Amino acid sequence: MTLVIKQEKPKSTFSKIVEIISTMASRPSGLIGLIILVFHVTLAITSPLYAPHDYKAIDPSLMLQAPSSEYWFGTDSLGRDVFTRTILGGRTALTVTFFGSLIALLWGGALGIFCGLVGGKIDDVVMRIIDAFLSIPWILAMLLIVSLLGTSTIVLIPALGFFYGKGIVRVARAATHDVIAKDFIVSARARGHGNFSIIWNEILPNVRDAIMVEGAMRWSWMLLGFSSLSFLGFGVSPPTPDWGLMISNARGLMSFAYWAVLAPIFGLSSLIIGINLTADAFAKALGIDRSTKAPV
Amino acid sequence: MLILVLKRILLGLITLFIVSLITFVGVEVLPGDACTTYLEREAYGAALEACYNRLGLDIPAYERYVSWAIGVIQGDFGYSLSGEMKINDVLGPRVKNSLVLASASILIGIPIALLLGIITALWRDKMPDIIISTFTIFSMTIPEFISATLLILIVAIWLEWLPGIVIVPTGASVSELLPNIILPVIAISMIMTAHMARMVRSSVIQVMASDYVQMAILKGVPYWKMVFKHVLPNALLPAINVVALTIAWLLGGVVVTEVVFNYPGLGRLVIESISNRDLPVVQALAIILASIYVIINLIADLLTLMLNPRLKSLQIKK
Repeated sequence: MTLVIKQEKPKSTFSKIVEIISTMASRPSGLIGLIILVFHVTLAITSPLYAPHDYKAIDPSLMLQAPSSEYWFGTDSLGRDVFTRTILGGRTALTVTFFGSLIALLWGGALGIFCGLVGGKIDDVVMRIIDAFLSIPWILAMLLIVSLLGTSTIVLIPALGFFYGKGIVRVARAATHDVIAKDFIVSARARGHGNFSIIWNEILPNVRDAIMVEGAMRWSWMLLGFSSLSFLGFGVSPPTPDWGLMISNARGLMSFAYWAVLAPIFGLSSLIIGINLTADAFAKALGIDRSTKAPV
Repeated sequence: MLILVLKRILLGLITLFIVSLITFVGVEVLPGDACTTYLEREAYGAALEACYNRLGLDIPAYERYVSWAIGVIQGDFGYSLSGEMKINDVLGPRVKNSLVLASASILIGIPIALLLGIITALWRDKMPDIIISTFTIFSMTIPEFISATLLILIVAIWLEWLPGIVIVPTGASVSELLPNIILPVIAISMIMTAHMARMVRSSVIQVMASDYVQMAILKGVPYWKMVFKHVLPNALLPAINVVALTIAWLLGGVVVTEVVFNYPGLGRLVIESISNRDLPVVQALAIILASIYVIINLIADLLTLMLNPRLKSLQIKK
């Protein structure tokens, strides 16, 4: 009789992703979130193909028309089709915040792991500076950067990425602290591995989940921050359709034309709720509890 | 205990010092300064030099920082660019207006948040929890300007119950302000309540699952006595810190809410001064808002220390 030792095959990255997504979709809230998110991403990519009207065509004779079969969501104060502008309105927001979150994830994660690993004086100083940045209200810092550097996408993406990355530094640092004292790190050191190898092979696989969940949460806050900037007139410049800007423009006339404000409100709210539900389900699928954390 | 308190205060001061450095250096490093933005196209030659001279921008940066910092410590923020008014005079009424708004929201928000948090935790996953939690998650995730705009649309325009925007002069007295700020207070406290209620909920749930509560249940302690004597005191402690962080984080949201309701507070001043590129005012605002954040966190730290004897002795041993 031979003894057969069954060894589980290491899972491929693809099958892991499939597994995480199916865990996320097994809860109703996660499924709803995923559906909304997929819907919005598809809409953002494909909407220019079937937008019924020109988003910047101004026609004074069509001002503030109520919803009709020609103009599904009515028209705004400049006679532009609200439906067209609404389905196009998430493109800039999604692009900017997606790449912004990636930047935030990269620099926040890298600095956090570095601080957790070196510790000591350097760690103290960096964390003090991060704390100081955290105590400046995000809106003030963002407005300052945007007003001095302009509101182009090239400025907004790194600015948002920088500002929303400081919270990730904390999470990455705390996660690194948790693993750094574990035996496998000590044995890797004993085997004579260098710092870089330890970070790449030992620490990163263990802190990756926490950092990615944090990044997903940042995405929804960044979207909120970005739309607030647009709403205040410091984000996307007209006539580019953007929900925040559309709400701010249509707000003054909403006693006559509520449709022009409700359509972008629905678009933005559903996207933010979708991202939030997805991020929440993502955290639960990876077994990370975020329920007691403050939104810093 | 005293040493610990002093240490916390010192850390707060260091944070404020770094904030002042960041804003000062930020304004220096980013292209464009007060004079080029103030003079716009005419920013060259004699006019530019005269402006530099008048504002004292021809002095080296570190000297300006030192004299500015000394002024701030003495409570003098210098002069604003646009109106050439003393910044203190600009800030005074705004600070008061924002304080009225914030304290009204906090006074209304905290009790409601406690109540909702406890209800949702005790009836976890039952009808009251599902209804309240859905509502809190919605008001947490939706941006402030959207919930405020919807409030105006529904309450002020469709139902015509309350005025939609605040029309009061900046120098209005508290009694003039109060009847006008009902909607802004609802908007702010709705979001704040949602955040805090979530914290309280998860904190209470955690304590309910702990050994000593299980023990109390086994011993036959009446349910409500157990809730009030064993659960709440232990659950609310850790919530204090998180609530403080949340309040500080909401400062950004207050800025947006003030703009939506046209409320003459600090938030609208942030927007106005940045639109006018009034950098001295922006610097002053950064310091003030950061101080509020630091102070709220300090109070929370001290409260937790005072209320938790275990933490007190632990920290001193360290």
